[in-house]
Order: sequence, then C-alpha cells, then structure tokens
Amino acid sequence: MAFFEVSNITKSFDKTEVLKGIDFTLEKGSVLSIIGSSGSGKTTLLRCLNFLETPNTGTIKINGEVIFDAASLKSYSENDLRNCKLHFGLVFQSFNLFPQYTALENITLAPLMRLKAEKLSKEEKKQKKEEIQKKALELLDKVGLTEKADFYPCTLSGGQQQRVAIARALALSPDILCFDEPTSALDPELTGEVLKVIKDLKNTDCTMIVVTHEMEFAKNVSDKVIFMANGIIEECGTPEDVFDNPKSSITKAFLRKSEELF
Amino acid sequence: MSFLEISLKLSEGFLYTLLIFGVTLICALPLGLLICFGSRSRIKIVSMITRAFVWVIRGTPLMLQIIFFDLGPGLVSKSLGIDFAIRSEWQHLTMVCVAFTINYACYFSEIYRGGIQSVPAGQYEAASVLGLTKSQTFFKVVFLQVVKRIIAPMSNEIITLVKDTALASVVIRLDLFTVAQNIVNKEVILWPIFYAGVFYLLFNGLLTILLGKLEKKLDYFKV
Repeated sequence: MAFFEVSNITKSFDKTEVLKGIDFTLEKGSVLSIIGSSGSGKTTLLRCLNFLETPNTGTIKINGEVIFDAASLKSYSENDLRNCKLHFGLVFQSFNLFPQYTALENITLAPLMRLKAEKLSKEEKKQKKEEIQKKALELLDKVGLTEKADFYPCTLSGGQQQRVAIARALALSPDILCFDEPTSALDPELTGEVLKVIKDLKNTDCTMIVVTHEMEFAKNVSDKVIFMANGIIEECGTPEDVFDNPKSSITKAFLRKSEELF
Repeated sequence: MSFLEISLKLSEGFLYTLLIFGVTLICALPLGLLICFGSRSRIKIVSMITRAFVWVIRGTPLMLQIIFFDLGPGLVSKSLGIDFAIRSEWQHLTMVCVAFTINYACYFSEIYRGGIQSVPAGQYEAASVLGLTKSQTFFKVVFLQVVKRIIAPMSNEIITLVKDTALASVVIRLDLFTVAQNIVNKEVILWPIFYAGVFYLLFNGLLTILLGKLEKKLDYFKV
C-alpha cells in the first residue's frame, strides 16, 4: 500500500476542465516532480492537494486513510478542511512570506496559533511555546539562515525568502511538502541555494511533490516524474523512464522543446 | 472683550470641537470596519443593504444628516404621540456625534475596503495552507498590512473631520467655530474667526506629525 494515494481528481472552472482525472501514488520519503507545459494543470493539481481549490471529484489517502473525499464534501466542516490542509505544506512560487513578521516569526506564527486553540495549563503552554521557538530555530538552521532569524522579509534576497518559506511550511510537520515552481521567481544565481535545500530535505526522509520547470533538477533529484498535458497524466515513471525512454509522442515533443531551449 | 477673554472662550469651544472629533474618531474607526465587512459579506442581502446605506450617507450632505439625527427623534416621537424632543445642549451634542460617527464610518469603510482588496491573494493563500482560521488570517496577517496601506487616505479623512466639526454649528452653540461666530456677531469684530482658524491649523499640524510618525513606525516592512 502506497503512503500517499490520489485517485480520480477532477477540477473544472466554469466549463473549462482543467484536471480530467488524476491518479497517482507516492512512497514515503520519495520525491515526485511534476513537469509539463503551462496550462497543463500541474499547478491546479498542487492547489487541489492543498485545498486552495476544492476538487470536484476524487479521493486523497494518506497511509491508507481517506483524508479527503469530494463525494462527502458537504459533510466537512471548516475545521475538518483545515485539518486536511495540515497534512500538506506548500511553498509558493512568489514566497508569500508575511511582510510584517521576521523570518523567525513567520515560521512560528501558525504553530503558535494552533497552540492558542489547545486547552492546556499555563505551564504547559509556556513549555510548548519554547518548543515551537526551538523547532523554528532548528528549521532556520536547516535552511542555512540562522543568522537571519530577526530579519524582515523585505531585507532578504529572493532565495533567502524562499528558504524561510520552506522552513515555515515545515513548521507544522506536514506529511507531504509541495512546491509550486519554487525557483521560477528567482534570479538564476539564486535558484541553486533553494534547490540545494530541497535536495537536503530529500536526505531527511521528507516526502515531496515539486512542480518545476527545472528539468535537470527533476532528472537528478526525483524518484518519480509525472508529465502532465491537457489535464491528464501523459507519462509517469522513474526519471529514466520519462526522460530517456518516453513513450508518448507529446512527452517526446515537450522534452525536445525544453532541450532546444538550452 | 479682551484678547485674553476671547482666547479663553475660543479654548472652551475648542474643547467641545475636540470632544466631537475624539468621539467620532474612536467610534467611527471600528464601525467603519464593521460596515466594510457588511459590504463585503457573501450574504447578498447584507451586502446590498450595507452598500445602499453607504450610498445614502455618502450621497447626501453631512449638514443634512446632522439635522436629520437632531430633529428626527423629536419628529418621530411626536407623530407617535410621545414627547421625545432633544432639548439640552448635551443631547444635541450626542446626536451631532452620532451623525458624524455614521458619516465618517461610511467613508472609512470604503478606505478599509480598498486596503483589504489590495492585499495580495497570496497572503490569504499562505495563511490558508498554514491552517489559520479566517479571523486569525484577518487579524494576524492581513490587518497590519491594511493599516499600512490606508494610513495616507485615512490621514486625509481625519484632517477633514477636524474641519468638518464646524458643521455642528447648525444645531449646537458650543463648538469652536460657533463660539467664534458668536463673538464676531456680538462684538462686531472680524478677527476672532481667523483666530479660530489658527486653532484648527495648529491642531491639524499636530495630527499631521502624529500620523506621519505612525506611518514611519510601519516603515520596517514593505507591502
């Protein structure tokens, strides 16, 4: 049984069918890259997994347990949906850090808000608060930004902001961390530092889904690659399968084109 | 009347002007936010009623609204056969504050609306994927960014409010402008009205400095 299982996800906006039935599985600790041209539905898929869009149909299972089933959407309370979201973390293309908070505060905000909702004694809360702070500092260390803890986003470079955003997404210990074109908004010389952080995370057994245009990264880092076209999974397999022996003619054409660019 | 006597009289009037200003500001700032939520409400009927209300308040003269709130209770109660006319100066003052509060709350609500709409969708999305509730998202993520964005247009309204208090003269005799006008009429001299202008000018100068300081204070982040 796969750790993560997505079946029959569809999504339409008005009459435009963006996702036409997506199925895939992912093992714990592995990295999935989703590639494809613009408009193929890869970002929409990622947004559905993070419930920024609600899928029209489909189920999402983690560890065999159904955490979301579009058929019973009406029975979900807002709180249920929020709990669904916590299985996933999302790193955005444009970072979306909260500008009024320091790097450290960006990371601790969500855990502190969750702590507030818990019914604990003052002592316990104080202790948990310290744990949250400690964990946030560890995460900053993980992304190599310990010395930037008290800096505001506007004083950080794009690459640094994105690394803080990764730490922020990890703060709630999601089962699966998603990246939506994490380096597309960065200058070429800054993409390396972000990709390195993602590579390092792979070694810590973090399960990740990365929507990317960085073909080299998809080839070298991922365990599994999905090529999407027109709202369906056109090709799926190991990086060798997809990049070296593509079966579909659409995949071949896409890969040829992206190679021509470089 | 000596210069000192006039100064004292005007200072007393200024205190009432300050009172109208302070009460209006303190009440209209939160009320404006409430009206803003109303006009953004997903419940159609709520947003429609709120928007119609804002349209009426912004579309009619403030002086008319002051008269309406001052005389309205008396007229309505009279037609119902009870006497509820507003007589004491303090009652008049209260109704003036009500009119000012409602009027300014409507203007503020539109400023809030602009401020809230200018916060990028990505901020809401980031808050959403981090599992923040709607109210946490608003108060912990969005609000300060809105404040930063609206300080400049708010400052404008606040300074206008200081001067608009002169409109209260239509129903009360306590505020700075009315006091000055009375002196002008009684003593047949013109300069006290310009002297009153100096009060407004200095107070607005102080407000400009304070609001500028607030703006500076929020300079530590960029939106």
